[in-house]
Amino acid sequence: MNLKGQPIKTSEAVSNVSNTPGRVRAATIADRVGPFWTLGVLVLIIAIFGVVTPNFLSQGAWIATTVATTQILILALGQTFVIATGGIDLSVGAVLGMSGMVGGLTMATLMAAGLPSGATIAIGFAAGIAAGTAAGVINGLVITKMKVTPLITTLGMLGIATGVGYLIGGGQQIATIPSDITTIGFTNLFGWIPLPVLVAAVLAVIAWYYLTKTRFGRRALAIGSSAESAKRAGINTDAHLIRIYALAGGLAGVAGMLLVARLSAASPTAGDGSELHSIAAVVIGGTSLFGGRASIAGTVIGAVIIAVLQTGLVVAAVDPFWQYVAIGVVLIVAVWADQQRSKLLARKR
Amino acid sequence: MSPPSPVAQRQPVLAARGIHQRFGGVHALRGIDLELFPGEVLALVGDNGAGKSTLLKILSGNNRPTSGEVLVEGRAHEFKNPAEASAAGIATVYQDLALALDLDVVENMFLGREVSVRGAGRLTGHLDRALMAKRTREALDRVHIRIPDIEARCVDLSGGQRQAVAIARAVTWCDKVLLLDEPTAALGVEQQQEVLNLITSIRERLDLAIVLVSHQLSHVLEVADRIAVLRQGRIVRVFDRDEATSSSLVAAITGLTEGDEE
Repeated sequence: MNLKGQPIKTSEAVSNVSNTPGRVRAATIADRVGPFWTLGVLVLIIAIFGVVTPNFLSQGAWIATTVATTQILILALGQTFVIATGGIDLSVGAVLGMSGMVGGLTMATLMAAGLPSGATIAIGFAAGIAAGTAAGVINGLVITKMKVTPLITTLGMLGIATGVGYLIGGGQQIATIPSDITTIGFTNLFGWIPLPVLVAAVLAVIAWYYLTKTRFGRRALAIGSSAESAKRAGINTDAHLIRIYALAGGLAGVAGMLLVARLSAASPTAGDGSELHSIAAVVIGGTSLFGGRASIAGTVIGAVIIAVLQTGLVVAAVDPFWQYVAIGVVLIVAVWADQQRSKLLARKR
Repeated sequence: MSPPSPVAQRQPVLAARGIHQRFGGVHALRGIDLELFPGEVLALVGDNGAGKSTLLKILSGNNRPTSGEVLVEGRAHEFKNPAEASAAGIATVYQDLALALDLDVVENMFLGREVSVRGAGRLTGHLDRALMAKRTREALDRVHIRIPDIEARCVDLSGGQRQAVAIARAVTWCDKVLLLDEPTAALGVEQQQEVLNLITSIRERLDLAIVLVSHQLSHVLEVADRIAVLRQGRIVRVFDRDEATSSSLVAAITGLTEGDEE
């Protein structure tokens, strides 16, 4: 490289440059083919379940699948933004459960005080979503100000939120909430579209808009691409990251309250394991775990794949514990496939 | 020691006075005095550890000196961060380019300075892609940089093109001083020449002062008006372009005497 044979200054910066192109260049191409092959996988899975268990193509299974998708998708939307920045949020499942418990306790208290059910439900939702957002803000503050890695911070929050969820109800569910709340959980528009599904769909469109069309989304990707570059360009990366973790927590709160509406009760274990689902959905959808590139359309497909696997296995009368195994395998395969594709394309170059 | 500069009558756009930098027990810079004039290219050369990068970090606002001051157009500044240096008209192109490679050329040109549409879109930060694309083309044309597709992600550009984008961005947002940190390192020979041509082109077209840090003496000799040699935290000599040769530079850099030439 240097005609005079002098050593080129090797700062970490230089090695960054020489390391990234292969991975990211391949990723660019993967971006274009990504959604298509995952959509193919989804169609294939649905076809297999349809053949094996014809019940799977019934209205009942459809409703069950779409409702399951709702919970996974709403968590995965926030997770997409977090992973776009190069982070990860392991706490969304626990925060979902805790938010539901906060909302449940709020509603139980207000109902006991004789407040009308409409106001009780509205305030309960607000409290649950606020609790989730607060947990997200704490994640963001710890990550940016205390410089603890996202993995450890959110793992810690997983523990904290789980504990708080149990403490709120003394380890029990909270079921003394207005029964009207099932109106939200069980209204099916035109018989086929559960209200929570509509909420999730609207949130997905908003998330897509913000990721692709606005400063907020571009800056999230810039941070994931190179936090140092973003900082040097004058972006307040700390504030942006805090907002994004708050968003992930707030969405976990929304998912938690929708689940309360569906179950007519708040359960501290409601979100157990769903951080795994949300991360799997995001990765299957082609969002890079390294940050810098993300797709909401891919996340939607990924969330549907996970939900189809869940309900499909149930309808097919497979022992429900196999769901965990199946989803774990899918997550690993998705990451492996992405790495293979990147390697292949890097070699071609 | 340094000969009178051809532009000595003008006020320096950037000046360093008595800069010292200590890191614990290490005395990295030991009293740097430097003046930079509009329209000139000043190269900083020196061996590894001579203090080039440390000096550049102070000028760009990344580090604060232990003592001494930085003056922009005669006014003393204490930069707390690169953004403050940038606001004072000093832009830096870092060795690692400081681009977000996953984003496209337009997005990188406006990174941190995104333009929103008017009206309701302002509330959501809806980006005015058309306007940003137009301004990006203008900025690239201004310094004669040809990028076939400004919607291409920077990762899909060649190293030379990426460096060109980084430089174009810097000159778009600064109006006084451009600091270039090893702009030709990590590039192929052909692309190195493209970047050197770009530096010359900027010097001719824009009234900027350029500081070029480089290891490659042939590049320095090609584009610099003056060459400051750092050794062990001091500027040991400032050459005018005409009096510098590769061997005299090496002698000054290493501190070894160069036969009878001095």
